[in-house]
Amino acid sequence: MVDRHVAWLALALVALSAGFLLWHLRAPYGFILELRGAKLAALICVGAATGAATILFQTVAMNRLLTPGIVGFDALFVLLQTLLVVTLGGVGAAQIPGALRFVIEAAVLMAAATALFGVLLRRDAGDVTRMILTGVILGVLLRGLASMVQRMMDPSEFAVVQQAMFASFGRVDLGQLIAAGLVLIAAFGAALRMAPALDVAGLGRGTARGLGLNHDRVVLMALMLVAAMISVSTALVGPITFLGLLAASLARHLTDTHRHIVLIPAAALIGALILVTGQFVFERLLGSQSALAVVVEFFGGLLFLWLVLRRRQL
Amino acid sequence: MIKVRGLGYGVGDTVILHDVNLTLAPGGITALIGPNGAGKSSLLHCMAGLTTPTQGRVEIDGLDPFTARDEARARAVALLQQTPVVVSRLQVRELVSFGRWPHHRGRPGPKDMEKVEEALEAFSLTDFAERPLETLSGGQRQRAFIAMTYAQDTSWMFLDEPLNALDPRHARDLMARLHGLSRGHDRSIVIVIHDINAAAGWADRIVAMKDGRIVAHDASAALLTPETLADVFDTPFEVLRHKDRPVVISR
Repeated sequence: MVDRHVAWLALALVALSAGFLLWHLRAPYGFILELRGAKLAALICVGAATGAATILFQTVAMNRLLTPGIVGFDALFVLLQTLLVVTLGGVGAAQIPGALRFVIEAAVLMAAATALFGVLLRRDAGDVTRMILTGVILGVLLRGLASMVQRMMDPSEFAVVQQAMFASFGRVDLGQLIAAGLVLIAAFGAALRMAPALDVAGLGRGTARGLGLNHDRVVLMALMLVAAMISVSTALVGPITFLGLLAASLARHLTDTHRHIVLIPAAALIGALILVTGQFVFERLLGSQSALAVVVEFFGGLLFLWLVLRRRQL
Repeated sequence: MIKVRGLGYGVGDTVILHDVNLTLAPGGITALIGPNGAGKSSLLHCMAGLTTPTQGRVEIDGLDPFTARDEARARAVALLQQTPVVVSRLQVRELVSFGRWPHHRGRPGPKDMEKVEEALEAFSLTDFAERPLETLSGGQRQRAFIAMTYAQDTSWMFLDEPLNALDPRHARDLMARLHGLSRGHDRSIVIVIHDINAAAGWADRIVAMKDGRIVAHDASAALLTPETLADVFDTPFEVLRHKDRPVVISR
């Protein structure tokens, strides 16, 4: 049976999506609906992927303050964009077909994440803290590398990179969107399928193994799913570091449960609701073109600080 | 029956267990005593198949815990960790039902629910069943974790320092419950314990360890002598008798 919180969140998302599509709709209807539909789908994909991935990541990391961005996904994305523009030039990079560029970016991000997690897990089974610290250091290294390359770039090329450094929902390619949607549906299904095992994994490696759970395999699979979800959403619109923290924290607060079968869809729906609401308010109600990601990062960052300072139990 | 033969374990250059040999007959309570760093917890984890030894072998009722499938191992032996993680918002009944995981792998049936209720009843947790763990006292929480171990429905229950952070009343209450389980419910309990008098009062057998070796293994009354205890703990003890039980006093 579907949890009532999840059902209400789903209803709210349907209602909001209808409002997003139909608010002040004018002719040519088909063209405007197509534009709004693509943007809505991107918002939902990215919000849902980020929310669900953060719940998975926090469970395996056994820490409710961490987000997948902490292991350097954002930094790798920025470095990738920078290298692409440096090697092909601003015009050359822009000429790569959208779907191809998406596949390359997502594949590189996933391969990097898989290599990182795979190597670390093989070397230190269950030492998630070590893996995360390595990820943080790696993130700093990648940011430093990207920054160094950017300093040597032509100003016009730097402007192209700068555009990719903040999430933007206004430039989503339809081909990319379909590919991302398919990957995300598969990852989401797999995450729900392993939800009971994640509940047991949340008890910690020692207890979970005592209960007969292959904890290391569950952690590795969960991290693979996190890699898939975050890679796809980052490659689709760019990095949003704190959205996941917002969605996961609100999902835990609202559902008041530890069960992943409820938390994963709740965080996914809340992530999507945050982005759709934010875009709706900015674009339709305020008529502003402000970057939604910047506002989400601002409030997410404030929440992070508040959680750290209050040491609240999430 | 548990058979441990030539068991060795170490971390880096530090040897924690030296050529441990031990045979435990089923039934009753076996207490593992010894000073800090004696290797008690390591031995317990190795016997449970959760820590891979560097040498030797373990057999639990004919099962090799290191080669057996995870579920098969978890249906033969249950281990309560020294400091289990307290997941916020996790209710007592949900925690206890995790004990059924080796049996249902995420799809609980009526028998699993029955076993969970039995475990809640056995540890007087029925009234707290819907309460989140973080709202319970230390003693209640410890009981909930032991109830989870009990719900695993294994012949062998290993408990690593279950009396930690319990006051004398709750410690006595817990030992009495374990004693009852070891008598009427066909459970063999192995417990790591620092309270020698609790071991003297409730354990059927005591295994004394020091520096990664078993230095004595006998029935409680026979093992708890001033000489043996002084040898194990490097400190003098006096052993008195009260109602046919040894009472140990550190001098």
